[in-house]
Amino acid sequence: MTRETWINVASLAVLLGVPLWALMADEPFIITLATRAAIFALAGVGLNLALGTGGLVSLGHAAFFGIGGYAMGILASHAQSYAPIMEAPFLIEGTKSMPVIWLVAMVTSALAALAIGVLSLRTSGVYFIMITLAFGQMVYYFAISWPAYGGEDGLSIYVRNGFPGLNTLVPIQFFGLCFVILCLVLLLMNAIHKSAFGLALSAARQNETRVLSVGLKPYHLRLVAFVISGAVTGLAGALFADLNRFVSPTMLSWQMSGEIIIFIIIGGVGRLFGPVIGAMIFILLEHTLGGLSEFWHVYLGALLLGIVLFAKGGLIGAFAGREKAHD
Amino acid sequence: MTDVVLRTDRLFKSFGALKATNDVSLDLRKGEIHALIGPNGAGKSTLIQQITGHLASDSGAVSLMDEHLTDVGPAERARKGLGRTFQISSLAMEHTVLQNAVLGALGQRGNVMAFFKPVMKDVRLVSAAKAALAQVGLAEFATTRTADLSHGQRRQLEVAVALTLKPKAFLMDEPMAGLGLEGAQQMIGLLTELRKEAPILLIEHDMDAVFALADRISVLVYGEVIATGTPEEIKVNPEIRRAYLGDEVPA
Repeated sequence: MTRETWINVASLAVLLGVPLWALMADEPFIITLATRAAIFALAGVGLNLALGTGGLVSLGHAAFFGIGGYAMGILASHAQSYAPIMEAPFLIEGTKSMPVIWLVAMVTSALAALAIGVLSLRTSGVYFIMITLAFGQMVYYFAISWPAYGGEDGLSIYVRNGFPGLNTLVPIQFFGLCFVILCLVLLLMNAIHKSAFGLALSAARQNETRVLSVGLKPYHLRLVAFVISGAVTGLAGALFADLNRFVSPTMLSWQMSGEIIIFIIIGGVGRLFGPVIGAMIFILLEHTLGGLSEFWHVYLGALLLGIVLFAKGGLIGAFAGREKAHD
Repeated sequence: MTDVVLRTDRLFKSFGALKATNDVSLDLRKGEIHALIGPNGAGKSTLIQQITGHLASDSGAVSLMDEHLTDVGPAERARKGLGRTFQISSLAMEHTVLQNAVLGALGQRGNVMAFFKPVMKDVRLVSAAKAALAQVGLAEFATTRTADLSHGQRRQLEVAVALTLKPKAFLMDEPMAGLGLEGAQQMIGLLTELRKEAPILLIEHDMDAVFALADRISVLVYGEVIATGTPEEIKVNPEIRRAYLGDEVPA
C-alpha cells in the first residue's frame, strides 16, 4: 500500500470510529457532527471531480447542494401536508422515502448542472469562476423570493424521512446511511479516475490542445464531469437537509460554494480522499474553535493560507507526496 | 492525381494587416516527405494550424483523401486522420509516458465515455500504445512521468502519440528543434521509418535534415509559396538562394 492509501484508510477509520465511540459514550451530538462531516465530504467529493480532475473551479456548486436540499424539502413538505405537488396534467405527490428523494435530488441537480455547464463551460479560468458564481446567485435569489417554499425563512420538515429497514431518527443509523453512501461514491470516483473518461478529463485539464489533437473534445468531457459532479453534490444536499430537517437559501449561498472548495483545498485538490479529510478538519475546527470564538473562521483562514503556501497538494500532498500516476 | 493524401487549396490567413498565409496551395502525396521551409515568420506554423483546424482560415479549403475538412474542428480532423506534433511539446505532463500514448489510442478509438473499466488494463489500448512507444524508442520509459522526460524524449513521445492515431497524414512542426546532433540523427531515422506508414508534411529549420529526408520541398516566404520542387531543384533555384538559403547550401 502507498502512503496515500494508508492515509485514506485511516481517515475512513476515524470518520467511522468517532461516532461509534460517541455511541458508547452516549454523546449523540458527536454522532451528528460526524454525520455532518460525512455529508460535507460527499459534497466535496462531488465537486472534486470537476475541480480536481477536470480543473473546473466552480464557485456555484452550492446551487446543486441547495437544489438537492430543496428537492428533499419540497417532496417531504408535500408529503407531510398531504397536498400533491401537482395534479395536472398528471398527479405528483410528495414522499418521505429517502431513496426516491435522493433520486429526485440527483436528477434535478444533474439537469441544473447540465444547463449551467452548457453555458459556463464555454468560458475558462476566471470567467468560468464568475459565471458559475453568477448562476449560483441566481438560484439563491430565486429561492429567497419564492414564497411557496418558505422564501428567506426556509422550509422545516417535522420528521426525518425514512429508509426501508432503518430508523433514521436514531443518529447512528442515519450516520451509517450517510457513511455507506460516501464510501460507495468514493468507490465510484475511484473507478472514474482510472477509467478512459478520467484519463481524458485529467489530460484536458493539463493540456487542452493535446486532447483536441488526438481527436477528443474537452468541452464534452468537462460537461459530463460537471453533470456527475453536480448530481453527487445534489445528493449530499438532500442528506444535509435531512440531517437538519430544514432547508433554507443559506444552502445555496456562495459562502457554501466556498466552503466546499475549502474542504478540497485542505485535504488535497484532485486527491480521492482530499475532501473527506478536509471536511473532517473543517468540522473539527468549527466545533472546537467555534466554542472559543465566534470568529473562528480567522483560524480556518490561517490554516488555509498555510496549506496554500506550504503544502500545495493539501494535507494529503504534505504527508504522502506527489500523486502517483495510476497503473 | 489519386495519390494526393492531403491538399490545401488557396488558404489565406491575416492577422490585421499581416498576411500570415497568402494563397497557399500545397499537396502531400502518398509515401512522401514534403518539407516546408522558410525564414522565421514566413507563416509555416500558421499554415499547420490552419490545416489542423486550430486556427480558422479566412478562406480556402483543406481536404484529406478528397474529403473536405474545412468546416470541421480540430478534434474531428484528428479523428479523420491528421496526426500532428507540435513546435513546442504539448503533452499531459503529469501523466506517464504510457498514459499519454494511451490517450492517443483512445482518440483513435473515438469512444471515451467509459467510466468503470480501468483504462490502463484495457489490453488493446495499452498494446497499441506500447507498440507506438517501442517504435519511437521510448519503451523503457513507459512508467516515467512525462514531466521528467528530457526535451528530446518529449519530441519522441509527441511522435508516438501521433502514431497511435494511425493517421493518414503526419504534420510535424519542427520535430528536430533543440535536439542536438545525435538526437536529430535519431529523429531522421525515425521519420524515415514513419513515412512508410503515412506521408509527412514536415516543417524544419535543420537544412541538413530537410535535404536528407524530403522528396519535395516548398519554400514559404511572407506567407506565399515561392517554389515547390525536388531538393535538387530547390538547391539551384537562384531566387530561393537569395530569399532564404543564402550561400549556406549543403553540398
